[in-house]
Amino acid sequence: MTHILVYVDHVDGAVRKPTLELLTLARRLGEPVAVHLGAGAQAAAEILGDHGAVRILAHDAPEYSDYLVAPKVDALQAACAALSPAVVLLPSSAESKEIAARLALRVGAGLITDAVDVEAGPDGPVTTQSAFAAAFTTRSRVTRDVAVITVKPNSAPVEAAPAAGTVEELAVDFADRATGTRITSRTRRESTGRPELTEAETVVAGGRGVNGAENFRIIEALADSLGAAVGASRAAVDSGWYPHAHQIGQTGKSVSPQLYVAAGVSGAIQHRAGMQTSKTIVAINKDAEAPIFDLADYGVVGDLFEVVPRLTEEIRARKA
Amino acid sequence: MTLRITVCVKYVPDATGDRHFADDSTVAREDVDGLLSELDEYAVEQALRIADESDDAEITVLTVGPEDAREALRKALSMGADRAVHVEDDNLHGTDALGTSLVLAKAIEHIGYDLVVCGMASTDGAMGVLPALLAERLAVPQATLLSEVSVAGGQVTGRRDSDAASERLQASLPAVVSVTDQSGEARYPSFKGIMAAKKKPVDSLDLSDLGIDPDEVGLKGAWTAVEAVAERPARTAGTIVQDEGEGGKQLAEFLAAQKYI
Repeated sequence: MTHILVYVDHVDGAVRKPTLELLTLARRLGEPVAVHLGAGAQAAAEILGDHGAVRILAHDAPEYSDYLVAPKVDALQAACAALSPAVVLLPSSAESKEIAARLALRVGAGLITDAVDVEAGPDGPVTTQSAFAAAFTTRSRVTRDVAVITVKPNSAPVEAAPAAGTVEELAVDFADRATGTRITSRTRRESTGRPELTEAETVVAGGRGVNGAENFRIIEALADSLGAAVGASRAAVDSGWYPHAHQIGQTGKSVSPQLYVAAGVSGAIQHRAGMQTSKTIVAINKDAEAPIFDLADYGVVGDLFEVVPRLTEEIRARKA
Repeated sequence: MTLRITVCVKYVPDATGDRHFADDSTVAREDVDGLLSELDEYAVEQALRIADESDDAEITVLTVGPEDAREALRKALSMGADRAVHVEDDNLHGTDALGTSLVLAKAIEHIGYDLVVCGMASTDGAMGVLPALLAERLAVPQATLLSEVSVAGGQVTGRRDSDAASERLQASLPAVVSVTDQSGEARYPSFKGIMAAKKKPVDSLDLSDLGIDPDEVGLKGAWTAVEAVAERPARTAGTIVQDEGEGGKQLAEFLAAQKYI
């Protein structure tokens, strides 16, 4: 059986949803083996097993939290040496892409990032990607024996597929240079209680039209009525109305939710780059000429300060 | 001691232009204007600030690309970089990220360096992997995705923000750094800067200068292959309504019909 390594993205054993999506894709290609680095492998094992991980290779060491990226590359390289996988799948987070790149170089694998789909092909996995602000779709494959692929969140369903989920200790020797970049302090972000932006099924975004930090409250209220994450355009972030971590677009996050609601967002190409693959797009803008309406499945030309609170009220009433 | 800084920059098709692919699935360059990748302007800016804080520093700006990629170097020189190196070779057409990292790493070693500064990603391929690949190739620490960076006493320190946390990083030089669009607004070239840039040296290198076998790069040397390129079908025109007091309600009805509420 062909081994497919899945790199587990977790916080102290709390597995993040994109990893479970990777297990769905891994099952199409071979036998999923999860690699869990850091604390909490036993806690993670149950959910990984429930979603198809036949084995879980685990290793915990302070290096994973004290130094940047390189120790994790050493560990994945050790996992590759032990199992000779055909494919290594990682989520498309900024850090995981860096790990993927360095791993690909070390093990002589082809590297594909930001895949939105992965299928088995006659010469190994075939990936689908978006290019040029999602104006194009490309299909790629790797020309080497091993493929390292990072996959964007929301690219595959999370499916239960119970498997053994046996935890095994992974032997890792860190290279001297694994400890080259020290993490001298870490401040955890406070949770907003809302879904993670890149993983959310629904995203409500505010732009220049929101016209002030305090006005983002009405965007947040709409998001909460839908159980959505809150995003912001670059104009809103640059104006200091909303934190940069929520910026959607070319220089911010790329999202691909089922439903995207854009309020007061004009839809410049840089913004479209980060949201154009959303399944349903809804726009609210007082400028009928705003380019966002070209993408919208449903658009309301109107004042967002009238439309958004009314919409929120309607949603609450329907859900009550 | 002179602090030798190399800034890696990319000449990219303008995102507001008609970006598309050529028949061989590489980026079409002829029909769309190119420019210095906006995200690399932040790298040039941080290099200039680091140089200003140093007793003695020299900034070399480096690019790999066809002839017109020289425009990206000119822009960086007019912002204040001291000299430029252009790696240009017909065999480079179609080189993937791993191959590009090989060429850049060889060129960086050829130039000599203490610090490499990159943007967080290109605005065309947008993979965001090159800085990490350079650190791997050069066998030096990576301090990447920094929203704040400084260099003192042979150490680079900075802040890296992610979804989960904000971290402070520290590494010894030589090192590879990448900076985000939050690192600080990039300066505009002054008239004086533009005039001065015309006199600054731009060296050209090819693969043989760097001791790279042409088979390692280009489409032939790529470890990935694009099998198909398709223009995404235009979205079918949606329903657009004018709000006359009922817009919010109508939108709620649409969302309910689509089973979102």
